[in-house]
Amino acid sequence: MNIKHKGLNRFFADMKTFFPLLMNLAGKDFKLKYRRSFLGVLWSILNPLFTMLVITQVFGILLKVKVENFATYYIVGWSLWNFFSESTSMSMSSVIYGAPLIKKVYLPKYIFPLEKCLFALINLMLSLIAVLAVMLIQGVFPSWSALLFPIPVIYCFIFCVGFSLILSALTVFFRDIMHLYSVLLTVWMYLTPLIYPFSLVENTPFISDIVRYNPMTLFIEYFRSVVMYGTVPSLETNLLCLVISLLTFALGALIFSKAQKRFILHI
Amino acid sequence: MNSENAVELKNIEMHFNMSKEKLESLKEYFLRLVTRKLMFEDFVALDNVSFDIKKGDVFGIVGLNGCGKSTTLKIISGILTPTKGTVETQGTIAPLIELGAGFDFDLTARENIYLNGSVLGYSKKFMDSKFDDIVEFSEMHDFLDTPMKNYSSGMIARIGFAIATVTQPEILIVDEILAVGDFRFQEKCEARINQMITGDTTVIIVSHSIEQIERLCNRCVWLEKGKVKMLGDAKEVCEAYRNAYR
Repeated sequence: MNIKHKGLNRFFADMKTFFPLLMNLAGKDFKLKYRRSFLGVLWSILNPLFTMLVITQVFGILLKVKVENFATYYIVGWSLWNFFSESTSMSMSSVIYGAPLIKKVYLPKYIFPLEKCLFALINLMLSLIAVLAVMLIQGVFPSWSALLFPIPVIYCFIFCVGFSLILSALTVFFRDIMHLYSVLLTVWMYLTPLIYPFSLVENTPFISDIVRYNPMTLFIEYFRSVVMYGTVPSLETNLLCLVISLLTFALGALIFSKAQKRFILHI
Repeated sequence: MNSENAVELKNIEMHFNMSKEKLESLKEYFLRLVTRKLMFEDFVALDNVSFDIKKGDVFGIVGLNGCGKSTTLKIISGILTPTKGTVETQGTIAPLIELGAGFDFDLTARENIYLNGSVLGYSKKFMDSKFDDIVEFSEMHDFLDTPMKNYSSGMIARIGFAIATVTQPEILIVDEILAVGDFRFQEKCEARINQMITGDTTVIIVSHSIEQIERLCNRCVWLEKGKVKMLGDAKEVCEAYRNAYR
């Protein structure tokens, strides 16, 4: 811990020193999540299955959404969406909850949102077991392209970290965001083709554009195409994903680094 | 920065917003912005504070409550960024500002030792090698796998102290912590700090016990309402401080 370091040097020195802390905090969250529950980690697999069952009953049978292999379609998209919503909503208040630490020891503050994103990533990996199970039960056998699944996950992860950095920094100053965000998430979810196919909104003028350019649509469609349709998205799509996630990340890093000095006065 | 110094503070000023309530909502923020009532009462916690601490010094900070002692420590350890002025330090810092910062009370002591170690920037491997030392010093053998919420405050302080002092840091910052635990443990803590003092560590101590400062320190600063009132030899400063408030 040397205050002489400035800027990027400081960043890399901190990263090295506090990497174990990052791992420990994520491990702590994981342990505490399942401590004292009988089924433990199994819940990470059961939960997506139950959600999928409810949704497919409501939307598939009652509202008659026409998608081939709807259960698979839904759970593949849901797993990535849930990663986004979980990581960002946990990150949002992470700096505020980190107050006891931030006030007492020197720490790089980005540790807190980053840790929540990592924790959500662990959960995503576990829910992929449920995804695989549903696919096999429905007879949607993944082709070799499914091995590319880490690519959309990585795009989405970078995007989530960037978005979390913005959210967590702003929430320190404006606590309203905590209440507003769940509403925003709901709207955002319905603007992402999770429980309906994109073709459903294709001809609605304004909405279709929002859905099309929604980054989460991009990541989720990418995820679906490699995991369940056996197709590999074009170079163009890849570049678009990369640019969106990196831009969000850069913006997040900028906002966070500008704001972090004043955190301690507001938490 | 002078290579003989461990810490250099130059013209440090620290301001806090003393608005009665923090603006925690957007509506409030914009309302005040529009009505131009976005003003704060400015509170100056530290005003033009400068001093150097030489390597190997045992440096005391004395003063009444609210004079800026803890703020100074937080600035030295990098927790607070001063509003004006510069702070430079050389060497690793072990902040003992509050023992057990970062303990999670749902975790067991064993898990917390590793967690707290990483809060202070120690690697897992390093903590593995020091684990037995920590357990032995804090005398916690029988309670290692109990969640910490069941611990007494003395037990928590013991573990916190044992973790924070497990290395030989180049700069050790001690804030009032010697006031915890029973007298036997206090003696143990002081012995460990003495051991560090002889081992070339620069120590910065804040305490309300002037006797303790006189006994341990060679140099001392006396802060009053955020300003340096006196700086120099520990015995002289303590003497003056004691006389001023008698």
